[in-house]
Amino acid sequence: MAQVQKQGVTPLVEMRDICISFGGVHAVDHVSVDLYPGEVVGLLGHNGAGKSTLIKILSGAYQADSGEIHVRGKKATITNPRDARALKIETIYQTLALADNLDAASNLFLGRELVTPLGLVDDDAMEAETRKIMAKLNPNFKKFNDPVSALSGGQRQSVAIARAVYFDAQILIMDEPTAALGPHETQMVSELIEQLKAQGIGIFLISHDIHDVMKLCDRASVMKNGQLVGTVDVDDVTDDDLLGMIILGKKPGVAAD
Amino acid sequence: MSSAEIAAIPENEGFKIRWGDCAPFIALALIILLGALINSNFMSTNNILNVITRSAFIAIIGVGATFVIATGGLDLSIGSMMAFVVGIMIMAMNALAPSLGAWAIPVGALVALVVGSLCGLLNGLIITVGRIEPFIVTLGTMGIFRALITYMTDGGSLSIDRSLRSAYRPVYFGDFLGIPYPVIITLVIASLGAFILYRTKYGRRVTAVGSNSDVARFSGVHVGRVRTMAFVIQGFCVAVAAICYVPRLGAATPTTGQLWELQVITAVVIGGTLLRGGKAHIWGTVAGALILEVIANVMVLSDMVSEYLVAAVQGTIIIIAMLAHRFTGPR
Repeated sequence: MAQVQKQGVTPLVEMRDICISFGGVHAVDHVSVDLYPGEVVGLLGHNGAGKSTLIKILSGAYQADSGEIHVRGKKATITNPRDARALKIETIYQTLALADNLDAASNLFLGRELVTPLGLVDDDAMEAETRKIMAKLNPNFKKFNDPVSALSGGQRQSVAIARAVYFDAQILIMDEPTAALGPHETQMVSELIEQLKAQGIGIFLISHDIHDVMKLCDRASVMKNGQLVGTVDVDDVTDDDLLGMIILGKKPGVAAD
Repeated sequence: MSSAEIAAIPENEGFKIRWGDCAPFIALALIILLGALINSNFMSTNNILNVITRSAFIAIIGVGATFVIATGGLDLSIGSMMAFVVGIMIMAMNALAPSLGAWAIPVGALVALVVGSLCGLLNGLIITVGRIEPFIVTLGTMGIFRALITYMTDGGSLSIDRSLRSAYRPVYFGDFLGIPYPVIITLVIASLGAFILYRTKYGRRVTAVGSNSDVARFSGVHVGRVRTMAFVIQGFCVAVAAICYVPRLGAATPTTGQLWELQVITAVVIGGTLLRGGKAHIWGTVAGALILEVIANVMVLSDMVSEYLVAAVQGTIIIIAMLAHRFTGPR
């Protein structure tokens, strides 16, 4: 059904028949997923189901043994994080988002520092840009001169998201974006996700929290033991259906389909 | 998470951080004050200049070590590497002296800078390409460099040619407008180091790599290159220190630079650079080198503690500095 709705639109990302194994273990086994503009696709599964591995192939941290990645309809070769960035794919890792000892601006521009005409880092310009984008994303954000280790979980998450947005990401990968956040901050992050969707950005959201996925995602792809159980429209399924897919590896309503 | 709470915290934090950055300078001031109280000779111009000049070696090597430590690395080979570079430099100068005369000195210095940088490059490449812990690699090269200088000196000493002594002497003993050359060289190296660390992309990436190398890698930073380059800078600084060191004693021996790695790492750490990387403080390192030298000087002048215990006191200082980091740092 989802496919019918999306007819005529080129998917932002298509990962086709992806396989990767580590020492004989098939971490990802013939998995295909896709993502359309303005859509949030949840990737669900237990720890070790292969969802993080799959997404690290897209972000350039791992290379698939076989399978193809198409970005905006074109076949793409992603061998390192720089390739992914060039394709406007940005990843926000749960634990690897920010360098703790640097301030928000240095983190935002890490690896792509703004420089003066003489080639020196331009801290003033970077801070000004950071202030501009944070005013849009999180107006409460005030700690521009502190190392990000001094920030709360939600503030850190908003810096990580700001980084992706600033560099014009069209494909965003979020790894457990609301893990370890309080209810208020979780709310803030969901509002951010809504904003990004409205801009036509496609988001892969990795989670093992069904409620997050039900609330934030349009579709959900469930993985178990490295294989894809199925991809469903979130509106068509219940919490229990998703649970059944995660735990039992059964696609709901197969008979009705 | 009220906005009032968010607004209130930054002022506190800002004050605390600035205080932390000043700590090495405050400690230095206190120790100088102590020295002045204990012995009236301490504050004499001669003694002060002597102490500052002696600290130059540790400070210069410390600038390089600040880069290495800021990337999360560690270089134990610096003392042996300095002895090795001193040895190579003396051999080069002695070989060139008959044909070049005093010009053998700048050529020898150039040789030292190239050899030092290559030694650093060797350390860096083994660590990044071979993916081995810096501790182990530099422990190995420490042994190698030490053995090489022992071999080159044949267990005795390797002296510089007589004809070069008087021409080279001023590099350590001379001064410009009353400021000894080693002090000027230290200031130049530290200023260069601070410029690279705080004003260039490379410097920003040094702290990023030390803070979290995976984050840096995923941000598209060439982590291996940044690390290797830090070791090259370290090697270059070791060579600069060697150039200042040769005219002081005019010879290399198997004990040249022994245990300097302890002093250098101590200077860097008490200067406010995090041993686990991610935060670097060049001028703190210079202050740290001064603190070590001033303490040794006060011990010699005071007669309260035997000067044979200087290394014990310095060892104690690095442990206390680490404990202070642990209990005052965030988490």
